Amino acid sequence: MEPSGIDLGAALASLLTPTAIVALVNATIRNAVPITLGAMSGIVSERSGIVNIGIEGMMLGGAFVGYMANVFFSTLLPNPEQQALRLILAVFAAVLTGGIMALLHAVLSIRYKVDQVISGTVINIFALGITGYLYVQGTSTRGGFPPAFANPFSIENGALFYIGEVVFKKDLLTYFAVLVVPLVGYTLYRTTWGLRSRAIGEKPSAADTLGVNVYRLQYTNLFLSGALAALGGATLTLAGITFERGMVSGRGFIALACMIFGGWRPARAFAGALLFGFLTALQGQLQFAGLEQIIPHQLIATLPYLMTLVVLAGFGLKTRPPANVGKAYEVG
Amino acid sequence: METSAPTLSLPRPTPNLRGLLVPILAIFTAILIGSILILLAGLDPIKAYGGLLQGAFGTDAGLVRSLVKMAPLLFAGLSVAFAFKGGLFNIGAQGQLVIGALLAAWVGFAAQGLPPLLHVALAMLAGGVGGALWGAIPGVLKAYTGAHEVIVTIMLNYIASLLLEWIVSPVRPSAPAGPLAACKTLGSCAIGQTPEILPSAYLPNLYTPAGGTEALHVGVFFAIFTAVVVYIVIYRTTFGFQLRMVGLNPGAAKYSGVNVARMTVRTMMIAGALAGFAGAIQTLGVNYRFQVNQSLSLGFDSIAVALLASNNPLAVIPSAFLFGAMSAGGTNMQAASRVPADLIQVVQALILMFVAADQIIRGLYRLKAPKRGEKVMLSSGWGQR
Repeated sequence: MEPSGIDLGAALASLLTPTAIVALVNATIRNAVPITLGAMSGIVSERSGIVNIGIEGMMLGGAFVGYMANVFFSTLLPNPEQQALRLILAVFAAVLTGGIMALLHAVLSIRYKVDQVISGTVINIFALGITGYLYVQGTSTRGGFPPAFANPFSIENGALFYIGEVVFKKDLLTYFAVLVVPLVGYTLYRTTWGLRSRAIGEKPSAADTLGVNVYRLQYTNLFLSGALAALGGATLTLAGITFERGMVSGRGFIALACMIFGGWRPARAFAGALLFGFLTALQGQLQFAGLEQIIPHQLIATLPYLMTLVVLAGFGLKTRPPANVGKAYEVG
Repeated sequence: METSAPTLSLPRPTPNLRGLLVPILAIFTAILIGSILILLAGLDPIKAYGGLLQGAFGTDAGLVRSLVKMAPLLFAGLSVAFAFKGGLFNIGAQGQLVIGALLAAWVGFAAQGLPPLLHVALAMLAGGVGGALWGAIPGVLKAYTGAHEVIVTIMLNYIASLLLEWIVSPVRPSAPAGPLAACKTLGSCAIGQTPEILPSAYLPNLYTPAGGTEALHVGVFFAIFTAVVVYIVIYRTTFGFQLRMVGLNPGAAKYSGVNVARMTVRTMMIAGALAGFAGAIQTLGVNYRFQVNQSLSLGFDSIAVALLASNNPLAVIPSAFLFGAMSAGGTNMQAASRVPADLIQVVQALILMFVAADQIIRGLYRLKAPKRGEKVMLSSGWGQR
């Protein structure tokens, strides 16, 4: 088998044109958005002491309900001027679903003291089963979120045009995901809620003594965590493609790896999400450039998963999880 | 062998009917909720469950299908249960079993001229070794870097499935065929698969029911036999004692002289080997080749199988049979009542939930709380401390 006439140099050069780079950056951002929201979901939950391995399932729940709500409202509110209302309702349904799924995780792990890893796994398996059962094939919608802004620059503006292609032309959910990162960071470190949340994740007995209602705060934060995860899942179906069975395909777990990579801090976890987004984007670009003859695309697709292993094994990383994460707290 | 076993003892599961109450009520409640879901879809639950039972037990062919479906679930369930006993949550049975399935197929088609029994044995062994090596990765990472086995095994599931997709990928205009692919010429087939294994590598069939598509192969009995062996290893050997000690309290185990890191690696390798066998018997007894997507949800189902059995290897036998029968009857259920076979997965997830949170069942049916028994400590942290 000869390398069948592919010019490696030319293929690599085709990856370095401005258009290709813009495509790579845009794909990186698109891939990073759901992972970012998943990582923020993990931080909110784990900083208050609950391991949330069910993020994967909550993202799937959000993706599914977001899609089905969009299908439902597409017949109920078919007019173009009702588009904003339709999409807001779909997002709302998705976020509520994630919150409720997380409350189930909370009841299992806080009230019934089920091992938090097992409880999260139950959520994941349940989400896979129920979305498969309820999914109706052949449904369609009147479209997801359109780009929020047009690129104000034209090709004559040179570099500005390419920057514009990256900065503008994104949907609202993407801008929101980028805003969530400083929002979580600010509230976690600068508000009473954040201080109390971090306290119950480190030493719940101390917080309890000082009058913090540990369980109530954990329930609240898990609801928020589920809502964020489901929003991440909803970006897949409301700003992207149609629903498929099991479509989240490990993004929830990758998000947890980003959270660990970022040392349970929002900004660093976001950097991790961008890195994973980039590795995923690379696969598409290399395939597009015709490099499949040399590197099988399946092997490039393993990169984000391999990277997760490297992160978890902690090569060159010194981070510390919240002290009391994963342990059920007994008031008393 | 008895040198390091101190005189203290760990509880052994005692057979009692009270212990069966929670799993049976869990199954009952899950089926009840399943009925509600069927009613909500405007379909008939009696017809659906009737179709399920008919498909799973109604005929000889159905019963054989249930047993054949049980076998890989039994192996994979034992894999999860064994790891649990050592305090490890093996979500990676899926990856370990597909690696086992591929290696069994490779030995099955590539090793020419072997006598039949030796060939089958070698192919099974290859499956076990493949699973053990794939299982060793999370074991080593857990033991020496503290990386949590749950995320590591899940990542390895995705990596295994992509790797195998490439190894058996058919040739396309834009890319060459994978190294073990059956389809080397364009247009010869659409899905990724290996060549068919040689007849000398087939697991011998014991009984072929009239009108059935599947035959009862010896792998089914091998699986049941293995469950007994795993039970003896866990409850009657020094190794099993140390395994349970690590699972119950790694700190105390370390203090009494158990090498916890080495135990972790061994536990994951044995769990991986058991899962590898699950894949190997699918290849050698049912499909006679490796195909991508041949056993998609086995890995997740095996978690429910193990938990339903409270991780007791002997109880994994009926638990795996139940899940095998459910998936064997699924197609007939869909044909009889138009209820999608996906419902089975929902019911299985509900069973898992009620078994994991047995307090819900105890609350619902006003059962007394159990005596404090063996409670495995899963590590909850993420490592790196």
